[in-house]
Amino acid sequence: MNNKVPNNRAWLLVLPMLLLVAFSAIIPLMTVVNYSVQDVLGPNASFFTGTEWFKSMLNDDALQAAFLRQISFSLIILAIQIPLGIGIALIMPKRGWQASAVLILITLPLLIPWNVVGSIWQIFTRGDIGLMGWGLRELGVEYNITRNAGDAWVTIILMDVWHWTPLVAMLCYSGLRSIPEAYYQAARIDRASKWAVFRYIQLPKLTNVLVIAVLLRFMHSFMIYAEPFVLTGGGPGSATTFLSQSLTTMAVGQQDLGPSAAFSLIYFLVILLVSWVFYTTIMNMQKDKSPHGGA
Amino acid sequence: MSWMVWTVPTAIFFSSIAAMLAGMTIWEILSPTIERKGFLPIATTRGDRLFIGLLSAAFIHLGVIGFTSLSIWIALAVSAVWLLVLMRWG
Repeated sequence: MNNKVPNNRAWLLVLPMLLLVAFSAIIPLMTVVNYSVQDVLGPNASFFTGTEWFKSMLNDDALQAAFLRQISFSLIILAIQIPLGIGIALIMPKRGWQASAVLILITLPLLIPWNVVGSIWQIFTRGDIGLMGWGLRELGVEYNITRNAGDAWVTIILMDVWHWTPLVAMLCYSGLRSIPEAYYQAARIDRASKWAVFRYIQLPKLTNVLVIAVLLRFMHSFMIYAEPFVLTGGGPGSATTFLSQSLTTMAVGQQDLGPSAAFSLIYFLVILLVSWVFYTTIMNMQKDKSPHGGA
Repeated sequence: MSWMVWTVPTAIFFSSIAAMLAGMTIWEILSPTIERKGFLPIATTRGDRLFIGLLSAAFIHLGVIGFTSLSIWIALAVSAVWLLVLMRWG
């Protein structure tokens, strides 16, 4: 049993941060909650609408479709980027100038702003001047992201994988570097196979960075805006319109502040729920395994 | 403060959340929480259970508002009971 009484005075040190967060996040969020139950027409002209906005948002067909698209998008890119990132991290050189060179090369996509990534891929995939679009057309492949929804999806996923797999790879690389050599020595003495080393040494030691990678990638992809907006504008039709783009159209384009406030709260709650479930599950898996873990 | 367009219901909502947090702090000082395993699949502290309770309350409300014609007070009552059950046995 653990009879130690935790010293809670450390929490006082968090107070300055709490104040900052209050101004940057909590107060704006409270304002959004206030907006979500009213029809605000201007200063001193607002009507209390209760739960009406929430009801209409939850039953909006276009939003439900955007929500399903968003979920599929996030799941697909997680399913590709996490294994790919681990794989890249495993084959990256471990020391010498090659390690630095590969690190720099791999980091490059991360340095490019979102909307620039969108523009790069928009040009890259054009049938007349883009290398990929033109190349595919010359090979006889019908490829047109403005007309074919499937093409648009493949391109957006390819773009996101190109842009963000490096982040996963770098996190995994740093995780792999922190494994003490003694583990590998022990594995060699046991004549463990490469797969066994990966499964029982590397993967468990990567858990912490993978939690961060999965959470970051999920939240990023769930809020993706600029890249598909520049690449496809949400089209063809609404085939690649994700949640944040629907929200922007509503809040900025149409100035429907009440409905978009209600919608952003639902959006926020979903992100909160999924992130919490991810975090708790992975942290708990780890606790069960460690011999000293548990209550 | 007028830019925050406060309404009475949302003010009551945030006051209750603030009161809960303050209450939890005082409770924690008087008798520190012990992590334990209840009917939930994971070991939780008191604060974990409050968080789970509030988050599920939010989804209970969304479900009732969006997909039924029941009164929101029913959602509130269900959430309150669920929160108490969770705090005691979760």
